[in-house]
Amino acid sequence: MNYRDEYRDRELVQGLADRIGHLADRAGRTMTFMEVCGTHTMAIYQYGIRSLLPPGVRLISGPGCPVCVTPNEYIDRAVAYCRLPETIVATFGDMMRVPGSSSSLMAERAQGADVRIVYSSLDAVALAMKNPGKRVIFLGIGFETTAPTVAGSILAAEEKKVGNYFVLAAHKTIPIPMQLLSADPETAIDGYLCPAHVSAIIGGAAYRSLAEGHGVPCVITGFEPADIMRGVEMLVRQVVEGESLVENEYSRVVQWDGNRKAREVLERVFVPCNATWRGIGAIPGSGLAINERYACYDAERALPVTAEEPREHPGCRCGDILRGKITPFDCPLFAVACTPESPVGACMVSSEGTCAAAFKYGR
Amino acid sequence: MPHDLILLGHGSGGALSHQLLDELVVPTLSGISQAGRDDAAVLDPVGGRLAFTTDCYVVDPPFFPGGSIGDLAVNGTVNDLAMMGARPLYLSTGLILEEGFSRDDLARILTAMRRAADAAGVAIVTGDTKVVPRGKADRIFITTSGVGVLDHGLTICGSGARPGDRVIINGTIGDHGIAVLAAREGLELSSDVTSDSAPLNDLVAELLKEGDAIHVLRDPTRGGVATTLKEIALQSKLGIAIREDQLPVSREVGAVCAILGLDPLYVANEGKLLAVVAPEAAERVLERVRNHPLGRESAVIGEVTDKNEGRVTMETVVGGMRAVEMLAGEQLPRIC
Ligand code: SF4
Repeated sequence: MNYRDEYRDRELVQGLADRIGHLADRAGRTMTFMEVCGTHTMAIYQYGIRSLLPPGVRLISGPGCPVCVTPNEYIDRAVAYCRLPETIVATFGDMMRVPGSSSSLMAERAQGADVRIVYSSLDAVALAMKNPGKRVIFLGIGFETTAPTVAGSILAAEEKKVGNYFVLAAHKTIPIPMQLLSADPETAIDGYLCPAHVSAIIGGAAYRSLAEGHGVPCVITGFEPADIMRGVEMLVRQVVEGESLVENEYSRVVQWDGNRKAREVLERVFVPCNATWRGIGAIPGSGLAINERYACYDAERALPVTAEEPREHPGCRCGDILRGKITPFDCPLFAVACTPESPVGACMVSSEGTCAAAFKYGR
Repeated sequence: MPHDLILLGHGSGGALSHQLLDELVVPTLSGISQAGRDDAAVLDPVGGRLAFTTDCYVVDPPFFPGGSIGDLAVNGTVNDLAMMGARPLYLSTGLILEEGFSRDDLARILTAMRRAADAAGVAIVTGDTKVVPRGKADRIFITTSGVGVLDHGLTICGSGARPGDRVIINGTIGDHGIAVLAAREGLELSSDVTSDSAPLNDLVAELLKEGDAIHVLRDPTRGGVATTLKEIALQSKLGIAIREDQLPVSREVGAVCAILGLDPLYVANEGKLLAVVAPEAAERVLERVRNHPLGRESAVIGEVTDKNEGRVTMETVVGGMRAVEMLAGEQLPRIC
């Protein structure tokens, strides 16, 4: 039995399901918990976790998929960059097919634009060094997990004196939107399964004001089925016992104060800024912008472009999905006009998107 | 002029073409030194209905652990015939070469095709070779077409499943896709994952000894086991219920999939078949498959139900239930 099998043990998971069932009976009402991490969303669908939970426990997905929360205006800007001469746009693969207002990176590439898929931002720096006559623009999206690595790529570019590497930065931070969504009476969130990787960077303290100040139970939870079930059990117990704390189910990986080194790298390059989230809108202080010191690596400042006026896709309900207001099955386009082959919205494209997960595992 | 590279002239139809055909392609593929110069192969009559199929191979890279585009091109078409219950007889092949492709590599690929054809007991009887300018194709693309004979009265097709039938697979899943991916991306694996590329016609001949207990045969290539099961469920208008803990997955493939976020159920196989068989024959079929060199790790992975028409459901390792859908989009491009 290896490390993973231990957390996929059928009896262990069944035992947790039983305990959750008993606890939920004591609550005497339906509880709604939100996960805000694409990997959790996928794991919940993939292992059929919902089918193991009692009817009184509802899991909904929030804005946890970095590609999905990236608004159309960002895609449009990336498209504008890849139409410039002598320009290579480097991106994580998931971004390729996300539809912008009228085009996508994939469509641009098919028409001759130089768009490359990279597996890390350092690959994009290497690409810039290999192509000194061109500009390389890396699409920096993602939460607190990815942001330090992108900051690291900018520091590496500085150290290696790479002048043709730029980042189009749209990094986001998760705690503020969590606070915002929990205040919505319509979704009535009873607690959060807090993201594992993000928490490994920001630590448990980042959720303190949410739990203690706003009374929303928070449990940092791992990705394996037994982790998720235990995370749910801890949330149900807090609700039943009238508590709201930050608990750490994933202590084998996540430390209470997170990863200070990674945060330092992040803070050397980025400063908090306002950010636009697909479906939620502008949230003050929920983004990360490249600071003055590294402005020459900031694509937006170093190479301004004009992009088209952003338009949303008529009928796509990604916004409501990302706020946990509806599930993919409530979207009339789901699996009809919108499929992974011809996605209407970002939530169907990304491998971590809620609609993609529901399409693949849910029906 | 370098002699070790393929040049545009090798596909011109002129002297260089003849030279390449006479010296390399025809003798390697057919075992006859003098190329037949007629426009088509003439085949003897065969007794029975014919099965006829065609496929294209664009795998990147052309060489990978456990095989190459050469054996893939032969096995893939042989297997498509075998899945209809046909005995494969003849293949044709088209080679599309990129200018500058290595002649040695071509020789290796042709040798692999010949070996695979010999192993499957089929003859490559006709073909064509074209060369395109550098950058207009990626090294080598191959097409093969195949003819086989159905020398029995059975009807084996995707709509043949019946409620209660058992679903059998002849071994571990996902090996081919992961082997190609590892070769392409230069993944360092602690032990080698090799492609399962193999001709399945002999195994099918063994299965057909069970006669009309064999209802469906399918090779889960692109799109993997998930996609193939869904096709069978849709065609047969029945449900299929499988158990994740019964799916044979090698440790190494499981580990790579976990790291890359892939699901082995969707990863391509090139030497696997799914057999849907009558419940009373299931034990015997399993026995037969396990006694065949290509079926040692075979397993019953699920059964056909009259509930959930057109749907495949899976009980996950932890006991949860979920749907299994077709592969959406391309999980791994250019895998065969
Ligand atoms: S199913 Fe498609 S259209 Fe509907 S919300 Fe999801 S991505 Fe948008």
